[in-house]
Parts: sequence; structure tokens; C-alpha cells
Amino acid sequence: HVYLLLSKCVGLLYSSASSLPSRCFRCKDIDVLPTLKLSCFPTALTMEIVYVYTKKRNEFGRQCNFSDRSAELHVDILPDPSLAVNFIERDPCDVPIQCTQEMSEHEVNTERFESDTRGINHVEGGWPKDVNPHEMEQTIRFRKKVEKDENYISTVMQLGNNMEHCIKQNNAIDIYREYFEEEEVVEESEVQPSAKTINVFRDPNEVKRTASSLSWHPDGSRKLAVAYSSLEFQKVSKDMSLNSYIWDIENPNKPEMTLKPVSPLVCLEYNPKDCHILVGGSYNGQIAYWDTRKGSQPVEMSTIEHSHRDPVYRVIWLQSKTGTDTFSASTDGQVLWWDIRKMSEPTERLILDPNKKGNLDNALGAISLEFETTMPTKFMVGTEQGLVVSCNRKAKTPAEKIVCMYSGHHGPIYALQRNPFFPKNFLTVADWTARIWSEDIKESSIMWTKYHTAYLSDGSWSPVRPSVFFTIKMDGTLDVWDFLFKQNDPTLSVKVCDEALNSLRVQDNGHFLACGSQLGTVTLLEISSGLCTLQKNEKALATAMFERETKREKILEARHREMRLKERSRSEQSKEEDTKEGDGEESPEELITRIEKDFYEIVEAELKKRDKGEEKKVADAIKSD
Amino acid sequence: MAEVEETLKRIQTHEGVIGTIVVNAEGIPIRTTLDNSTTVQYAGLLHQLTMKARSTVRDIDPQNDLTFLRIRSKKHEIMVAPDKEYMLIVIQNPSE
Repeated sequence: HVYLLLSKCVGLLYSSASSLPSRCFRCKDIDVLPTLKLSCFPTALTMEIVYVYTKKRNEFGRQCNFSDRSAELHVDILPDPSLAVNFIERDPCDVPIQCTQEMSEHEVNTERFESDTRGINHVEGGWPKDVNPHEMEQTIRFRKKVEKDENYISTVMQLGNNMEHCIKQNNAIDIYREYFEEEEVVEESEVQPSAKTINVFRDPNEVKRTASSLSWHPDGSRKLAVAYSSLEFQKVSKDMSLNSYIWDIENPNKPEMTLKPVSPLVCLEYNPKDCHILVGGSYNGQIAYWDTRKGSQPVEMSTIEHSHRDPVYRVIWLQSKTGTDTFSASTDGQVLWWDIRKMSEPTERLILDPNKKGNLDNALGAISLEFETTMPTKFMVGTEQGLVVSCNRKAKTPAEKIVCMYSGHHGPIYALQRNPFFPKNFLTVADWTARIWSEDIKESSIMWTKYHTAYLSDGSWSPVRPSVFFTIKMDGTLDVWDFLFKQNDPTLSVKVCDEALNSLRVQDNGHFLACGSQLGTVTLLEISSGLCTLQKNEKALATAMFERETKREKILEARHREMRLKERSRSEQSKEEDTKEGDGEESPEELITRIEKDFYEIVEAELKKRDKGEEKKVADAIKSD
Repeated sequence: MAEVEETLKRIQTHEGVIGTIVVNAEGIPIRTTLDNSTTVQYAGLLHQLTMKARSTVRDIDPQNDLTFLRIRSKKHEIMVAPDKEYMLIVIQNPSE
């Protein structure tokens, strides 16, 4: 009899039998059934599922009768939610899976290779056994013996020859010398010079006026001040606006600020020290200054009585401690100095009289001014008559103010600028040419362009390259000249617009430039980098070129002077000779009679010739009849 | 005998030559213009180096042989003219 005892954990199911019989009740055997027990007593805390099998002794060995039984559910342990509190659900669970070949790692150690460090102590050796190296006598004897050997002699001779050759070689040249150290790799820039139009600023008014002057904002060049006026004589219409504008270069649609002068501005300049102040010279001769923080009206204007009598063509800021000094030039022949704090009267006045007498009637009309901050006492004036007048500001008397004059141009000098790298040389743009001058040579320019078909109206040096300058023409083209590259033609010629260009201003970085046209259109151009980056040796080459040309002009000047001297001496000589012959010369009356006689003789000869001709004709006519 | 003297003297008097050594196949300096310890050092070291150089040349091409060895260093140039039995070593300061 098999008794199945099931002991369960406390609380769920009770055990069906709580005690173990030692006797079988049914068969009433007296024998005590030993029970096969494989169980343990139920314990209260652990779950134990235990099966106990008991079997009668005399039933051992009997064959097993297996029979099918249906499935019985023995244990059903339901989850206890209260236990879940001790656990946290893990979501998500990362389960790595790999489908690879299973590998195993195996280490092998090779047989050790034993290495040893040894040093060698060089001791004089090689001596044959019978020679003791320490004994001087023996070694000397040995050496002498070797030296007598024939083989030795021939070998050494031969080797000596070889060796000498190499020694001499060494002495001749140093084979490891750096030969091309100084020559750097010349980077050929394949980029063609070009100028690209970035922006176009048009005059917003109906009646178009000329953009007569441009000025870049001194701080970063983000703004451009343009002065508009009509320079054509008496072509000013009633509708023409008097305004000039300040443009932000990023916004071509609308000017950033308007400047409202009393009379149209011909020239306009930002104060390099204070970027809010601008000074403008107007058509009626007055000077006015603006403060952009204070609005469109001029802060102060000069009084009419003390201003210029003609349009002010150029106004430049001076280098001074207060930063408020300017000077202006006009075709009325005056150059006036102003302090903008007191505009009622100019601080100084200079009349451009070439005879140095201060006579206004004689004065030359000034069209352009030049002032270089590195040379504050000198300045130059370009005149309508084509002369450049160099002046000294610090002269004591007005007569001394005008130092010298340079002639050579045929028309008004529209632009005058010193080379920022070589202040002794300056560029003038007038009539159909642009010329470069040296301060020392007064008779002619040292370099000049050819005569163009169109009039040149403005020009400027590049602030970054000493050999590059720009010119604009009345046919609307901009020329970029690089005289180290090409002297006869401009390096780059760009047609900016169809109408004439009147003004030009290069930005301080040399990369951008603005040009203003007759119809008030200001074009902003970007120059290709080749034309605005300083090339190697450029300064040296430009210096050399200027010096060469200056020297040439000096030589020519000297020659001219010589020739003139010779002529003068010759003419003086011939005058002397003439006076010697004075007795043999005819007096005027005799001269007249002589001439009359000659005249009548010629007339008579001619008449005779004609008569002869007629006679001949008659004779022929008779003959033919 | 006199020619040898003359040759060696001529070599020594060339511009820039610091020292001359004639070494035999065993490494014994036969003739030298430098002091003993320097000579011994040069002889020993250059002998080995010449052997190595020669074997290198011959390894690359067995028909070839080393004719001259020049070692240029920062301070001077060591020139070795090897032969079967003797070796001529010259230390020169090349023209700078």
C-alpha cells in the first residue's frame, strides 16, 4: 500500500494525513510496515513539495504494473501580490544574443629567447704575438718593417690618389650647401583680376542729380555718405531735391539718413576722428557740418559773407588735437580754413595767386585738395587751369605759402592724391590722362598714361598696394592700373554704367570701392583679391620704378636746361654779330624800294610770258587756217 | 719609401685635413698623425664599419666591391679608402 503523503506549506492546503500509520488497517498484518519515507516534516516557512512512497516488504520484487492515470494537478501556487512589493519590475530587459562561432581563448608562451648585453673594451690589439704593444721599441720596429714592404708602398700610393681626389672635391664645393634657400616658391595666382558689382544705390528722387562726392564711414566702412548736386551750369530745375544721403551698404533700397542742406552739397567728408560728424561744402559756397546724432539739419553753417563765392569743390578734415579743423577749396581761388566750432568766420585764408601777391582776380580756381596726415604742414591744391600748387601751411607770409607749382595738364585737375606708401609721389587725374609726379621734379610728371578717348573725372591710389591706382572716365568705365604689371594699359577695365562717372572712393581695406555717376547712381564694387593684396617685393619694385623715372626726368630736365642755356648763349652771340653787320644793312626805306623793284620785275616777267604764249597761239591759228 | 712620405705629407697639408691614419688588415695603425688613443679608436671602429660596408655592397651585388667610404658628420668628414691589406683614413673639415 502506498501512501502518498503530501505535506504542504502552512495556510494553503492541509495535509491529508497528519500521522503516519505503522500498521496497515486493512490487512491487519501484524508486521509493522516499514515505511519508506522520503519526506520531511512540513516546515512553516519554506515551500516543500514532498512525495513519500511506502511499500510492503513482501511486495518487493513484484513486477510493476504500470497503468495510465489522468493528469492530476498536484500543486497550484498562485502568485502572491504582497510579495511583489519586494521587487521592481524591470522593463525593458536587455538580452544579448549572438550568433557566431564559438571561440575559445588559448595562450601559448614561446620558448624564451635569452639575450645578453655585452660590452667590448677596445684595447690595442692585432699585434702579432711576438710584439708587445706596450713596448715602444718593438712597435716602432714592427711599424718600420711594414713600411718597407713593397705592397704597402704601392697600396698607399694608390689609396693616396683616391683620397686626394676626394679631399680636393671637398675643398672645391660644399655639396650640402642650400642653394635655393632665398627663392621661395612663386605662387602663380591664376585668378584674373576682376571687379564685381555688389550693390547699386540709386537716387530716390525723380529728378536725378550727379553723385558728386563719396565718403566712407571711418569706422568699419559700413556706411557711405553721398553728396548729390547738379554741376551743370544753370541746369538746376525747381524740382530738384537739395538732399544728400547716407546709405547703409547692406540696404540699397532706402538711404539710412538724409542730410538737408540749404544748397546742394558738392562735397562731403566724414570726420576720421569722430564718426558722427560730417562736413559738407555746398554749391553756393557755404560750408556746413552735420552730426548724425542730431538729425538731418546741419548743426552749423558758415556765414555767406565769409564763405566761398563759387561752389566748394573739396573739403578735407585736418589733423589737429581737437579734431575740428577742416579746410576747403573752391574755384573762386581761395582756400579757407575752418574750425567747425566757430563757423562764422574762417580761421585762415589763402588766395591762390601764382604771382604770390594775394590778388583775387589773378587767382587760380581750385578744384581739388590734397592733404596727407603724415605731412601736416604741407598740402597741395589742384587748379582749374591745370596747375598743381604745393603749399606750406606754416609759412609766415602769404607769399611764402605757395611753395611751387607743377604744370603739365591741359584741363582742371579733378583728383590729386599722394601715394600712401610713397608720399613724395602723387597722382593727378585731369583731362584725358592720369599722371604720377615726383615732388622734386617740377617740369613734368614722371609717369603718365596715354591719352584716352574719354575724359577722366576722378582717381585714387589703392590704400593697400603702392602700385595700384583707380581712375574713372566720362564714358562710365572704371580702370584699375597696376604699373608694376603693365604700364601702357589698365590691368582691368570695367564698364560700370552707361552714363558718365563722376566720383570714386576706395574703402580703407582696398577691397571695395564706390563710384558715383551723373544720374546719381552709386555702384559698390568688389575688387578681386589679386589687386588688393600686397605682393612680395612690391614696395621695393615700386620704389625702384619711381626712382628710375624720377632720375630719367631729372636727366631730361638737366638736358633741357643745358639746351636752353646754349640757345640763349647762341642767340646772344648772334645778336652781337647782327650789330656788327649793322652798317651793311639796309635801312627800312631802301628795303622797301628793293622789294618793290623785285615785285614789279616778277609781274612784268609774268606778263611777258603770257603775251608770248598768246602770240604763239595766234600764229598757230593762222597756220592752221 | 720617399714617395709614400711625400704622398702622406701632401694629403696632410691639404686644406681642412685634421688627421691621417694608415691601418693594416689587423687594425694596427702603421702611420698616424693623431695621438695614440684617438688613432686606436678610429682604427678599431672604422675597420669594423668598413667590413660591414663592404659586405653590404657585396651582398647586394657580388660582383661589386667597396671602393671608398665617406662619413659626413656635423663637425667633419671621415674618409676611408679600403684595400685588401691596408686602409687609409683621413679626417677632414670640409669647406664651409
